[in-house]
Amino acid sequence: MKKTILPLGPQHPVLPEPLSFDLVLENEKVIEAVPSIGYIHRGLELLAPKKEFTDYVYVAERICGICSFIHGLGYCQAVEQVMKTEVPERAQYLRVFWSELSRVHSHLLWLGLAADAFGFENLFMQTWRLREHVLGIFEKTTGGRVIFSVCKVGGVKKNISDEDLKAMVTGLETLAAEIKTTTDVFLNDYSAKQRLCGLGVLSKEDAWHLGAVGPVLRASGSSTDVRMTGYAKYGELDFAPVVETAGDCYARCKVRIREIFQSINLMRQVCGKIKGEAIEAKITGMPDGECFMRLEQPRGEVVYYVKGNGTKFLERFRVRTPTFANIPPAIVTLKGSQLADVPTLLLSIDPCISCTER
Amino acid sequence: MFSMAMLKTTIANLFRKPATVLYPFVPGKVYANTRGEVMNDTDSCIFCGICQRRCPANAITVNRAAKEWKIERLRCIVCGNCADVCPKKCLSFDNQYPKPLAGYEKGENVKTLHGKPDEPKPPAAPANPA
Repeated sequence: MKKTILPLGPQHPVLPEPLSFDLVLENEKVIEAVPSIGYIHRGLELLAPKKEFTDYVYVAERICGICSFIHGLGYCQAVEQVMKTEVPERAQYLRVFWSELSRVHSHLLWLGLAADAFGFENLFMQTWRLREHVLGIFEKTTGGRVIFSVCKVGGVKKNISDEDLKAMVTGLETLAAEIKTTTDVFLNDYSAKQRLCGLGVLSKEDAWHLGAVGPVLRASGSSTDVRMTGYAKYGELDFAPVVETAGDCYARCKVRIREIFQSINLMRQVCGKIKGEAIEAKITGMPDGECFMRLEQPRGEVVYYVKGNGTKFLERFRVRTPTFANIPPAIVTLKGSQLADVPTLLLSIDPCISCTER
Repeated sequence: MFSMAMLKTTIANLFRKPATVLYPFVPGKVYANTRGEVMNDTDSCIFCGICQRRCPANAITVNRAAKEWKIERLRCIVCGNCADVCPKKCLSFDNQYPKPLAGYEKGENVKTLHGKPDEPKPPAAPANPA
């Protein structure tokens, strides 16, 4: 049969960021997808040796606008490990709080984009209305809506009082009821299910061998969550990875929805366990040595590598972002799909191209 | 199965106030912590240049001799590092976002502030004719 090559992106209504795919089609069926990236490479890793290691955190968190807090946190934790700095307990709990708040904000954003991709614009608006409350909490506590600049090497820059923390968590629990009303539409609505169920099935073995991370891996039945390694104060909190077994777009959506409620629960636990007064430790000396740091972003596992040489400038900084790991599984799910399902399939990995290209 | 969840939300929306505001006629909500714009109190500024060296985006230029402090607004990433490292704490953040910018070609993206000129030194006392 005659084949057609259809370019998808780099500018496409469904993609918030420039990612380009050449789709090889037979009629409406995709038989191959060839990705190409490189539209928004900014050379942020090369900037690391040119900025003081304490100032680079502001650049590190600008790798991505959605998971910015965890990018800053990963960089800080890696440098702290190289310098063997003990971070005060309160700062670590606050880091967990902001990380989980980022997860809620990121998953709500994704749900909105997914609804838009499968053509449910009203649901998209509803989800983003709810996300606005979370952004309000961020702005109130950190001063920024999406880029927070609140994490620093040795601790955090801003404190939240116990009373404020309690009020925020109570507010979030009230919001959870509203979130549930909206997420129920994703899980129960007839048209949403028609677009998501059985689409882009990835078996547990395939997901593992292709190197999938985060919700994509967990939706295929693997119980892998880097938070279980207990970095920051996750070791003190009671939770288990959210796992689904179907491996399709619906399962990926369900994992993210369940993670929103899990994050609110984790924030409630932080609120009960937070203690101490100090929010930052004094930094002495310069980083000398190297370190790998793994963290769980809303999109999956992220890996940071930091190498210091005893001066105030790092020698090397490297990030492996979750979207980079999730592109091979996405290509596999695209093969054999219908052209109309391509946007939903692409979005089901929650692509973040500015992370991937840095 | 047909779900009533969205129908309920849609009907509730008919009687709800809009979730958005008519910006810029109605100002957006800001908080005490909001980082809007970098402000410099040039009366206490000593033009040491630490903010220039530590700015991650190279947005600040300080000329010590001319007592001139410049910030390029479109380069500034509003991270707050300058205010943190300032030894005299003369840099601060206004919680209002700056007005939209139109005159990039005319250099309107650069805010220039000048310190007070040095007071002229009193003339040296004439040598005591002894």
